[in-house]
Amino acid sequence: MLNKLIEKFGEKTINLLKSFGRIILFCFSGVTNIFTLPFQFAKIIEHMWFIGTKSIFVIILTGLFTGMVLGLQGYYSLVKVGSEAALGAAVSLTLISELGPVFTAIMVTARAGSSMAAEIGVMRISEQIDALKTMHINPVRFLFSPRIIAAAISFPLLTALFDVVGIFGGFISGSMMLGINKHVYMDTVIQSVKIHDINVGFYKAFAFALVTTTICCYRGYYTHLYSGFGARGVSLSTTNAVVHSCIAIFIFDYIITFFWV
Amino acid sequence: MAIPLIQFINVSKNFGESHVLKGLNLSIYKGEITAVIGKSGTGKSVLLKHIIGLVQQDSGQILIEGQPLSQLSPKKIKLFYQKLSYMFQDNALFDFMNIYDNIALPLVENSRFPKDQVNKKVLKRMDQLGLIDIEKKFPSQLSGGMRKRVALARALVMDPEIVLFDEPTTGLDPIRKKKVHSMIQEYQKKFEFTAVIVSHDIPEIFNVVQRIALLDDGIIKFEGTKKDILDSQSKILNDFIAGKDI
Repeated sequence: MLNKLIEKFGEKTINLLKSFGRIILFCFSGVTNIFTLPFQFAKIIEHMWFIGTKSIFVIILTGLFTGMVLGLQGYYSLVKVGSEAALGAAVSLTLISELGPVFTAIMVTARAGSSMAAEIGVMRISEQIDALKTMHINPVRFLFSPRIIAAAISFPLLTALFDVVGIFGGFISGSMMLGINKHVYMDTVIQSVKIHDINVGFYKAFAFALVTTTICCYRGYYTHLYSGFGARGVSLSTTNAVVHSCIAIFIFDYIITFFWV
Repeated sequence: MAIPLIQFINVSKNFGESHVLKGLNLSIYKGEITAVIGKSGTGKSVLLKHIIGLVQQDSGQILIEGQPLSQLSPKKIKLFYQKLSYMFQDNALFDFMNIYDNIALPLVENSRFPKDQVNKKVLKRMDQLGLIDIEKKFPSQLSGGMRKRVALARALVMDPEIVLFDEPTTGLDPIRKKKVHSMIQEYQKKFEFTAVIVSHDIPEIFNVVQRIALLDDGIIKFEGTKKDILDSQSKILNDFIAGKDI
């Protein structure tokens, strides 16, 4: 009984290590293939449109409400200690270095990452990935590399949009609804945000782009190894891609905050 | 007899508990069409995937012109695979690309051809296969038969030396089936490529091919020319052709 338990634990550990190894190699192969000729400009633009442009509405919406909630909560907390004038600083710093990159990454993963995993998963189970191999086309380069570049460009831009809209959301709650002087709000935003804070936000956005794109594409690409063939396999891969990406976002958020802030 | 272009020697392949190939021996000769026949689920597609390198054998050897594939240099292996083309059972067309892009993909991605030459080659293949005026359509907008022909056009667009057909006529009506068969035959004569066809079209396929191999229970139970089939007293072969359970 105990032997079997240890055996099972050992097997799980080995499989986990194998998965880590495979995902690192997958990521490495995807990144190195970005630089192989011919460059895939058309595909990069296509994926930027899908990951970036098509996410604008959802980012504006979530950014606005996140900022508004921060404005409300921040006001009620700060008013207790008589520091409601610092609302602009509280909202902007929270958004730029923390919530902006994290929420943007989660929203884009839910919208575009799940779609990447599903699309590549379907390609796997319908032998389209095998077809690429038989045509001497590197599937990782063809499917994954343009998506990394597209995400690496789109995530920071969407994060910047989320931050700006969020700060405006805070302004709506704080100044327009709760009566904080609009000049004070904007002034504290400008005074408190330093270039370092903006950089940290962009580092995070860039790291999240790399991590979530890798996880989502990896899950789709290896659908047959983890979830089996068929529609159920693809649905499981998609779910796992989103869940694992979200966990990875929080882990990497902590690591980057620990080292850079 | 000449050295086979591709030779399976005692090849075995397992997927978990399932033993698909159990010491299979088969010879494929240059410039000939070989049909692999057998019941569904006996590993015919797996056999084809061994040739193109999508699946690796667990034991045994695959020889290319008498030399073990495993002992060839990576450059030679790459060169060999570049001569091959594969037509998948379920077509494996890319849903997000239109028909023109699907057929042009191997030419575009391998970037050896200028754009006008790619265009010429693709349109020629489309014309030959009766795929006129559908360049801008997507695979989901086509009938099963049309998709099959698109897959065939893609398989032939690179002018391969060896073509592997995995049930190329499944889902086609008898007229289209005949057309695909004659097209394979015609192209094979014209370009002298070597072909391996996995097929269930018995006896029609016998008019297309030079050699036949019957795969059953993980091994080749009969291998020979059309004449050998006629002369054969093999009960298993005759029962299979007659549609009896073997």
